[in-house]
Amino acid sequence: MTQQATAVTPADVSQEPPRRLLAPRATSRLRAMGRWCRDHKLGFAGLVMIVLLTLFSFVGPLIYHTDQVHTNLTAVNLAPSLKHPLGTDNVGYDILGRLMEGGQSSLEVGFAAALLASGIGTLWGAVSGYVGGWVDALMMRVVDSAFAIPPLLLLLLVGTIFTPSVLELIIVLGLVSWLITARLVRGDSLSLRTREYVQAAKGAGARNPRVVLRHVIPNALGTIVVQTTFEVANAILLLASLSFLGLGPAPPAANWGAMLSNGLNYIYAGYWWQIYPAGVAIVVTVLAFNMLAESVRDSFATRLIHA
Amino acid sequence: MVAFLIRRLGQAIIVVVGVSLIVFLITHMLPGSPARAILGIQATPEAVRKFNAANGYDKPLFVQFFVYWKHLLQGNFGFSYKQDLPVRTLIATHAPKTLLLVGLGFFFAFVVGIPIGLWQAVHRNRVDDHLLTSLSFVGYSMPVFWVGMLLIWLLAVANHLFPAESPSAATVGQVLQHPLSLVLPVATLTFVEAPGVVRFMRSAAIENLAEDYVRTATAKGAPRFRIVLVHVLRNSLLPVITLIGLTLPLVLSGSIVVEKVFNYPGMGLLMWTAAQTRDYPTLLGGAIVIGVATVVGSLLADVLYAMVDPRVRYAR
Repeated sequence: MTQQATAVTPADVSQEPPRRLLAPRATSRLRAMGRWCRDHKLGFAGLVMIVLLTLFSFVGPLIYHTDQVHTNLTAVNLAPSLKHPLGTDNVGYDILGRLMEGGQSSLEVGFAAALLASGIGTLWGAVSGYVGGWVDALMMRVVDSAFAIPPLLLLLLVGTIFTPSVLELIIVLGLVSWLITARLVRGDSLSLRTREYVQAAKGAGARNPRVVLRHVIPNALGTIVVQTTFEVANAILLLASLSFLGLGPAPPAANWGAMLSNGLNYIYAGYWWQIYPAGVAIVVTVLAFNMLAESVRDSFATRLIHA
Repeated sequence: MVAFLIRRLGQAIIVVVGVSLIVFLITHMLPGSPARAILGIQATPEAVRKFNAANGYDKPLFVQFFVYWKHLLQGNFGFSYKQDLPVRTLIATHAPKTLLLVGLGFFFAFVVGIPIGLWQAVHRNRVDDHLLTSLSFVGYSMPVFWVGMLLIWLLAVANHLFPAESPSAATVGQVLQHPLSLVLPVATLTFVEAPGVVRFMRSAAIENLAEDYVRTATAKGAPRFRIVLVHVLRNSLLPVITLIGLTLPLVLSGSIVVEKVFNYPGMGLLMWTAAQTRDYPTLLGGAIVIGVATVVGSLLADVLYAMVDPRVRYAR
């Protein structure tokens, strides 16, 4: 759970506005994407992994049919076999099929929560840095305060108040994950507000909301995109931890964390197939998003050096 | 230094008030009312009224907030009706054990992470650097609980090297009487914290290796190992200090999970049990203590940083 910390390593958070990622015309755009993939093998690998995971989770169940709703007590804790390539769990769910289901919820919740977190964090940070003064100080102390309470503890608190549905999970995860984005965007915003084009827009009579939305936020987009990608990884990890602690969506909803929490109960029985698959799935997914984010961040950073 | 201290302390106080406000507001989000949450849905309106009057819940919100603070300053964190103990007692018996766990985890993460990061910086862009970078990448993508499970599987179930569960000890002294049972929980925390240390150390050391003083030392004929181990190491340790404050909330999150996996009787397990039994006073009291501990932790890290690096004090 240390990505958040690495996400704010000082050296790579640039104060400069990022250049446009893609050239204007479609063909050159494709070519630029090809070039990016060639130059950033790590990110390309991450992208391929994400595509494969998405296919596995969403197309997989169309090919590999399993019943993930009704328990089957005549087929519990079966070791991997031809019929069940990854075995079954303690209530007879096929683990391969359950991995796919769990992948759907992880990707959906992860993406949605990260987008929500970015939205909140971007607005908060942009306004805070743009307005400055005591408003900025106050807004940043709010971020500091929320940051001081461990996210899992907040989720634990909220989880006792109500058993979250998927939508509520997304909202709650989004609400605990926007803090780093807010800090980073504020940093960008602080320097962007002194730029000539921002001054020019204000001189031309643009109101503050317009300046923030049209000039400040678009120029902080590099930071935002990178941080959102990291947040997807974080949200998936948080979701898994939450489900592991028994506070995720209730069964039969499938989740990788809950699968592992089940596996832990049978660890002495030696049911290794309940320990490895879900864990590997989490690591691969989180790793893929981290690799992509790291690569995109590098590409923004190198362009700045060459600029 | 004094000005820096005052400014930083002022910020910390504001943040502590902020933390308490967040927790206070969550108290008021409890289903129904705090009275209903604590007394249960079967309580009579009369009992609810008495409870509200006794706890001041019938007063306006801002008055309640002041009363809440007065209680906090008096060391009154509420009363756990589920465990029939003051929350303060519960925290006093559980917090030291978590401090031990987290402290040992940090210590070993630094012991492991600093040499690896330094090694990578010196061998930058060679095969071993890339290999270690990939490994630390995988390391920090691993969920804490899965690392714990793998360690249990490999070192406790498949090979009976270490016990998989912590003793249900009441004090730190009793925990320390079973040092073997600390191995796996501490190893788990170390494993998830070390990659961050490695990455910070690597980038700090790379920056320092490019500094003028390294060139000067080389020109003077100082041996390479002396330059790296004395000059670069010392200067690179500075940013790593900030990592403690920066990752404290995440580490405490991790320790909730680790304590659950290994049944380690610290704050994390206390909070988890409280969540399971809807023991709100314990949850909220614990949240305040953990929040304040985090603020104090990062304050100490910042002050430590300012003490060793004067530049920090003068930067706005």
